[in-house]
Amino acid sequence: MGNDFVVPAIVAVTLVTVGIGFYGLRLARTTSDFLVASRAISPTWNAAAIGGEYLSAASFLGIAGLVLKYGVDVLWYPVGFAAGYLALLLFVAAPLRRSGAFTLPDFCELRLGSRRLRILATAFVIFIGWLYLVPQLQGAGLTLATVAGSPYPVGALLVAAVVTANVALGGMRAITFVQAFQYWLKLTALAVPVIFLALQWQADGRPAVTPPDGPTFRAATTVVVEHRATLTLPDGEIREVRPGDELSFAAGDPVPDVSGVATDADDWLLPSAAGADDRGLFATYSLILATFLGTMGLPHVLVRFYTNPDGAAARRTTLVVLALVGVFYLLPTLYGVLGRIYTPQLLISGQTDAVVVLLPGAALGDGLIGRLLAALVAAGAFAAFLSTSSGLLTSVAGVISTDVLGRGSVRGFRLATVIAGGVPAVLALHVSGLDVSQVVGLAFAVAASSFCPLLVLGIWWRGLTDVGATAGVVVGGGAAIGAVLVTVLGPPLTGWPATLIAQPAAWTVPLAFTVMVAVSMATRRRAPADVAATMLRLHTPEALRM
Amino acid sequence: MAKQLPDVGSGGAVPPPRRARIVLADITRQDSRAERTRAELAQQTQVGEALVRGLVRAQLALALRLSLVVAIGLGGLPWLFAIAPSLGRTTVAGVNLPWLLLGVASFPFLIGVGWAYVRLAERNEQDFTDLVQRPER
Repeated sequence: MGNDFVVPAIVAVTLVTVGIGFYGLRLARTTSDFLVASRAISPTWNAAAIGGEYLSAASFLGIAGLVLKYGVDVLWYPVGFAAGYLALLLFVAAPLRRSGAFTLPDFCELRLGSRRLRILATAFVIFIGWLYLVPQLQGAGLTLATVAGSPYPVGALLVAAVVTANVALGGMRAITFVQAFQYWLKLTALAVPVIFLALQWQADGRPAVTPPDGPTFRAATTVVVEHRATLTLPDGEIREVRPGDELSFAAGDPVPDVSGVATDADDWLLPSAAGADDRGLFATYSLILATFLGTMGLPHVLVRFYTNPDGAAARRTTLVVLALVGVFYLLPTLYGVLGRIYTPQLLISGQTDAVVVLLPGAALGDGLIGRLLAALVAAGAFAAFLSTSSGLLTSVAGVISTDVLGRGSVRGFRLATVIAGGVPAVLALHVSGLDVSQVVGLAFAVAASSFCPLLVLGIWWRGLTDVGATAGVVVGGGAAIGAVLVTVLGPPLTGWPATLIAQPAAWTVPLAFTVMVAVSMATRRRAPADVAATMLRLHTPEALRM
Repeated sequence: MAKQLPDVGSGGAVPPPRRARIVLADITRQDSRAERTRAELAQQTQVGEALVRGLVRAQLALALRLSLVVAIGLGGLPWLFAIAPSLGRTTVAGVNLPWLLLGVASFPFLIGVGWAYVRLAERNEQDFTDLVQRPER
């Protein structure tokens, strides 16, 4: 607290985003201007823009928080977020660009010619978009509360308002450069402090991440509990804590065991073993499947592919994106690991998602460098909220204005933007207790169980029919949505049901594929008559077009 | 470490597609045999259809082969750690092996597979283009 650089840094990032958006508005007035402008820029810029949009609050804050809390098992999140781009490259990138579809509903209509499927796809785009927007706003509220001491709703509503206004006024049209700038800002905001943190760790005599006697507090600390938990103190006493409780620890005190957190060194350091816990292994594979296959179904990812001039360029851009996000994902893990040493109090307070923004101050102290680096990290976090939310909001508002409100005028688009931004803002006020990465993980699971089979089978299998595609999306995607609703709204579960619901992808993705193939084969006669022409268009190089 | 790709590499000097107005006189001037194959593609004759099916099959086989590489290379890890817990305790340079494999090594691996795919997929397309433009019949 009391860091007087943080607020100016956040304001600067916001102003640059809005400013470049307005400047772009003056340069480009129509969608095609935007696309033509995109064609004039290199795949590297384009890829940085895609990466900038993709690296969200979950990547910037959430992964480090999960690593702090759970240890090695959650490294599958960054691996899966990156591998999702490989799946996109292998199965979707070039054919999708060649199809000329701009959104997922467009692809449905183009490939299968079904209005009903288009409406269903629209509903899924809106659901996934909102599910993904909520944790972004939640991250914004949390970050502002942590670094500037404002109440939680302020940050969430601020980002929602800025992004909605920016998109509604048309600021997204030439935003490629803003997004690209935000990728490099996010990378810098994590990479530069890590160098100082590593030096500090050296200077402190390389304290062990998992000391034999468990983690200890390095300095006298007072913790204000944010989430209900059960603590086991070193003398064996068990204590229930509720939000608002204050606990004081002296320097050198051991960190108590916290329920639901891998406080024990081995739990944290080692992968979950089989036999002892099959559910852990199942959850790991389920997470892998959701992130590997979910990326291609995220609404804001797909739109970006249209900015490539042709299929071959789409492939190369995707490869560069894969490299850019791969470099980025080396960093959050380090924050989670160093957080075990410098910010163990977050394990008790439950605010593990704040580790990235708190670590520079906690490790480097209140000196000038510590405050500057803390401001840099906060600015990077805001870049993450703004860029991802803008991309999502544009996609959701786009489908609402064309498919729900009817043929889109500029006015319709603005109304759609307000609706698309307002709903998640209200939702974000009610879910501050969920892990940012966990909600995002659920959005990936829904995308992997609905749009992934639709895209993969639509691109590679001639036998797909509209009835089959609809059935697969309804059954597989519906099951995943059900799991999300039970997780967010339902009662707490234990045992296998809890695992199957919290990480649904391992059963909902195969279910969606099976239903889609089986129903398509049963309705073989409904396969579109022009499927041969569509295949020709999706798979042959543009140079051969007549 | 972002791999810089050659601007237009093995794909040959393929100019970006431009909207061109084709009139009959243009077509008759070009090589008639190549033109016939292209027309067969467009009109979806059996020959054209077979050519496209071949390309789609080749590209799908390539994508599936490389996903198998990833499925074994990365997907095998949780299983491996589960059946050989001692692996988790092995340290390299003071860091436990699972942390190194997942947190660091997996990203270059994914990029390498992606790079191989782009090269091989472009080669498949080049083969297809050659076949269409110089049919060996």
